[in-house]
Amino acid sequence: MALNRETDFGTPQKDGPLVSLTIDGVRVQAPRGTSVMAAAAKAGTQIPKLCATDSLEAFGSCRLCLVEIEGRRGAPASCTTLVEEGMVVATQTQRLVDLRRGVMELYISDHPLDCLTCSANGDCQLQDMAGAVGLRDVRYGQDGAQHHTIGKDESNPYFTFDSSKCIVCSRCVRACEDVQGSFALTIDGRGLGSLVSTGGADFLSSECVSCGACVQACPTAALNEKSVVDMGTPTRSLLTTCAYCGVGCTFRAEMQGDKVVRMVPSKEGKANEGHSCVKGRFAWGYATHKDRIVKPMIRAAITDPWREVTWEEAFSYAANEFRRIQNTYGRDAVGGITSSRCTNEETFLVQKLIRVGFGNNNVDTCARVCHSPTGYGLKTAFGTSAGTQDFSSVEESDVIILIGANPTDAHPVFASRMKKRLRDGAKLIVIDPRRIDLVRSAHVEADHHLPLLPGTNVAIINALSHVIVTEGLIDEAFVRERCDLQDFEVWARFIAQPHNSPEETEKLTGVLAGDVRAAARLFATGGNGAIYYGLGVTEHSQGSTTVMGMANLAMATGNLGRRGVGINPLRGQNNVQGACDMGSFPHEFSGYRHVSDDATRDMFENMWGATLSAEPGLRIPNMLDEALEGRFKGIYIQGEDIAQSDPDTKHVTRGLENMECVIVQDLFLNETAKYAHVFFPGSSFLEKDGTFTNAERRISRVRKAIAPLAGLADWETTLGFAGALGCDMHYDHPGEIMDEVAQLTPTFAGVSYDKLDALGSLQWPCNAQAPEGTPIMHVDRFVRGKGKFMVTEFVPTDERTGPRFPLILTTGRILSQYNVGIQTQRTQNNVWHPEDVLEIHPFDAEQRGLREGDLVALLSRAGEVSLHAHISERMQPGVVYTTFHHASTGANVVTTDYSDWATNCPEYKVTAVQVQRTNRWSDWQEEERRSSGLMRVIAGKADSGKADAAE
Amino acid sequence: MSAEKLVRMANQIAVFFASQPEAGAEAGVADHIRSFWNPVMRRQIYAHLDQGEKGLDPLALRALNLLRQSDPAARSEM
Ligand code: SF4
Ligand code: SF4
Ligand code: SF4
Ligand code: FES
Repeated sequence: MALNRETDFGTPQKDGPLVSLTIDGVRVQAPRGTSVMAAAAKAGTQIPKLCATDSLEAFGSCRLCLVEIEGRRGAPASCTTLVEEGMVVATQTQRLVDLRRGVMELYISDHPLDCLTCSANGDCQLQDMAGAVGLRDVRYGQDGAQHHTIGKDESNPYFTFDSSKCIVCSRCVRACEDVQGSFALTIDGRGLGSLVSTGGADFLSSECVSCGACVQACPTAALNEKSVVDMGTPTRSLLTTCAYCGVGCTFRAEMQGDKVVRMVPSKEGKANEGHSCVKGRFAWGYATHKDRIVKPMIRAAITDPWREVTWEEAFSYAANEFRRIQNTYGRDAVGGITSSRCTNEETFLVQKLIRVGFGNNNVDTCARVCHSPTGYGLKTAFGTSAGTQDFSSVEESDVIILIGANPTDAHPVFASRMKKRLRDGAKLIVIDPRRIDLVRSAHVEADHHLPLLPGTNVAIINALSHVIVTEGLIDEAFVRERCDLQDFEVWARFIAQPHNSPEETEKLTGVLAGDVRAAARLFATGGNGAIYYGLGVTEHSQGSTTVMGMANLAMATGNLGRRGVGINPLRGQNNVQGACDMGSFPHEFSGYRHVSDDATRDMFENMWGATLSAEPGLRIPNMLDEALEGRFKGIYIQGEDIAQSDPDTKHVTRGLENMECVIVQDLFLNETAKYAHVFFPGSSFLEKDGTFTNAERRISRVRKAIAPLAGLADWETTLGFAGALGCDMHYDHPGEIMDEVAQLTPTFAGVSYDKLDALGSLQWPCNAQAPEGTPIMHVDRFVRGKGKFMVTEFVPTDERTGPRFPLILTTGRILSQYNVGIQTQRTQNNVWHPEDVLEIHPFDAEQRGLREGDLVALLSRAGEVSLHAHISERMQPGVVYTTFHHASTGANVVTTDYSDWATNCPEYKVTAVQVQRTNRWSDWQEEERRSSGLMRVIAGKADSGKADAAE
Repeated sequence: MSAEKLVRMANQIAVFFASQPEAGAEAGVADHIRSFWNPVMRRQIYAHLDQGEKGLDPLALRALNLLRQSDPAARSEM
């Protein structure tokens, strides 16, 4: 596949009525608002340019793009001149040629002439433009005031800044402001002395978040990927989807042979529109990290060293073990976990294998521990388990409620889109115990920050609704037409009760009643109101109730069924939505249909030629409980690290220890693999074909860029295991698996690889009614018919603070690391987050005599770990915070097994803890360090079993 | 799974449905447990009913007694 560069139209594409004009004698049509430059580019004429690129509004500084327009004096810049009806444009006259050469001469006189050895050779717009304008010599000397002498800034691990190559076009500055919204760069000085500046610091210590937008925008080698500097320019490319977060950015994997040179965000991606974050853009090196396990391995006991075997031997050993276990302990003694990091097709196969090959419904997925309450809550209210909008909908929001989500860290590209809308005037209400970045950052400030106590989401959502109901702010027309009125009346009576008033809930939430009232009025009256939320909503004992409460709020204010509104879960991992859609839950087939539904089960039984159980299977926590009681003995885990990611680590590992055959399929020997008997080496997203479904229900293609390192892609591994179990499944390509999904799942009926190739991506439901997918759901009616208001009584969690554990711990993530860190820690992202730290308010720190950086013990009733303290006013007194990215910290040793009432999603966000100074690592951490290597030894490999290289 | 844990889960579900309109509360709890708990868990909680129902919220108890009458899991072997 060739290196297909995307066309740069110079200025952004516009929608609008068409205008006719003539460019170089050719009649052209372009939407009103389009620049002459973009109209020409669309018609195939590239007008020379340097300061313009179509990710940015025109700036008009380089004067290279001059054109002549009949009836106008001078030579206007085509990037800043908009098309007009009847305009007659000439792009190439002798006068223009002379003018452009003059401009280029000036640029080149201040530029080193080392093109042949420059890292951007062949990929440099300055070079291209010199060619395009026919520059042959430069009249000015090379010894004026120049940028040549300033050294390179190589502080960022992924890109360099070489100001000698800078032409001060300010594209980088504008990209950082407009696209990323970080405002990390400025142009200092004037004229020839002007320079790009990171505000006195180097890139690494500046406000830069390493999104790469400036690097992409830079026309020269001034900002250049280090991988390009090292390897040279790429020679082929293909489109694929980022495998990190639920935004699901589309990237061009740019390669040389079988080596990835760089990942460049694609304009064609509707989720990201050409933007990216540090993870997807730069942190892909884990895929070829030396720690990758590329041979299947088995061992009889977890205390034995691993033994490398052939795939056949691994499959037959695993299958024999599973059959032995089922013969001894019963059919239900085994189960499996699908992965939100794997493709839809792989997930679908694993659940099929479990339902057909294992003969039970003991399948669950990591969504259990993150967004299962979203599924339950939204299905109850609207009839479907998914967010209601596409990402671009935010462009039309007027008031945004952001609750329990920190998108600048966890969903950075969506955060950039949201920040853009906020800079353009939308209002923001942040509901979060912490002062997250969006409460106040460059050019963005929340109108209201409601800093509630963790665990009181339902109370605050009820209080907002109370104000809306009691102050007559209901959208009555919407409710009357779209919602079940009987339910509404019950709810309205409930919510109007005094105990739901802001004045009463203030005692629970700690948020001032006046602030809640003001926020509610703003949301109800401020125009299009949208709710965005994350795991700070779901990972609570009342997670599902909060989701229903938000649905009530949106229905009551008429904020559903059009652009700019809606309820939008920000999903954690890349394919959480997809894993749920594909039938990974023990009670549901694909498309969220209960296993007890006879008609659905018949359809699956006919297609699969097997008898399927009509009873829900075990959920992850239930499997572990059953294991502890000796009834559950074998588990097949694809791409999930429950020993690190799931709560109450000790409970998890005791459960795993009690099993007789644990199969782990992963890229690395993760924490869970320490308890495994069979290891199937996994394949990274670069090594396989498939699809991911992002948080906006968008199905995008993952394309194989390189051959699987271990010889098999994950879907092929599942097929191999299934075959050894005697469960014959045959597919030649993942596209055939998607065809089966489409046949069995009404919301996917219209999805196929051909259509995905043609349209780029599809948002389900995609079927006869919506052949090109559904960006906005519930437009004329809710999927369930009438919207259902639910009574959402606040119930405090059983997890209470007290004298022993007086603080509340809440957990979260940061930008540079991803989930359990197994991927990002094998990249240079560690420069930003080498360890998990405990954020604590100065008041709490002082009471405990803590100083910045002290080692502290964090204790709960579940366990104890030690980590370093970071004193921060982002916290409120009484609440501490940490991330769970590093296995050595073991943050989940202290979280408990309390969970959401409806779905058992763990209550990660509320744990009663104590914090005290210490001078030692906890016993759990010491034991971990001691045993960690021993449990990972591979026979015959001298350097195996050393503590995890990434740690 | 320990009876204590099952009781806590059943009670949590009951607390939610207790706040719903009265007519549906019992059926709501029963239906939720029938839909999401696998037969092993249901059998275990029925066994707990036989052993004195300790710790169960009254609504959870009523719902479980109701569910048990129609639940095939209540009759089959473990
Ligand atoms: S670093 Fe690149 S994008 Fe920025 S001003 Fe210089 S040449 Fe332009
Ligand atoms: S990498 Fe992103 S955040 Fe950093 S300076 Fe460039 S555009 Fe700004
Ligand atoms: S991690 Fe998320 S935001 Fe970042 S590039 Fe990947 S999909 Fe996009
Ligand atoms: S491209 Fe138009 S002025 Fe620079």
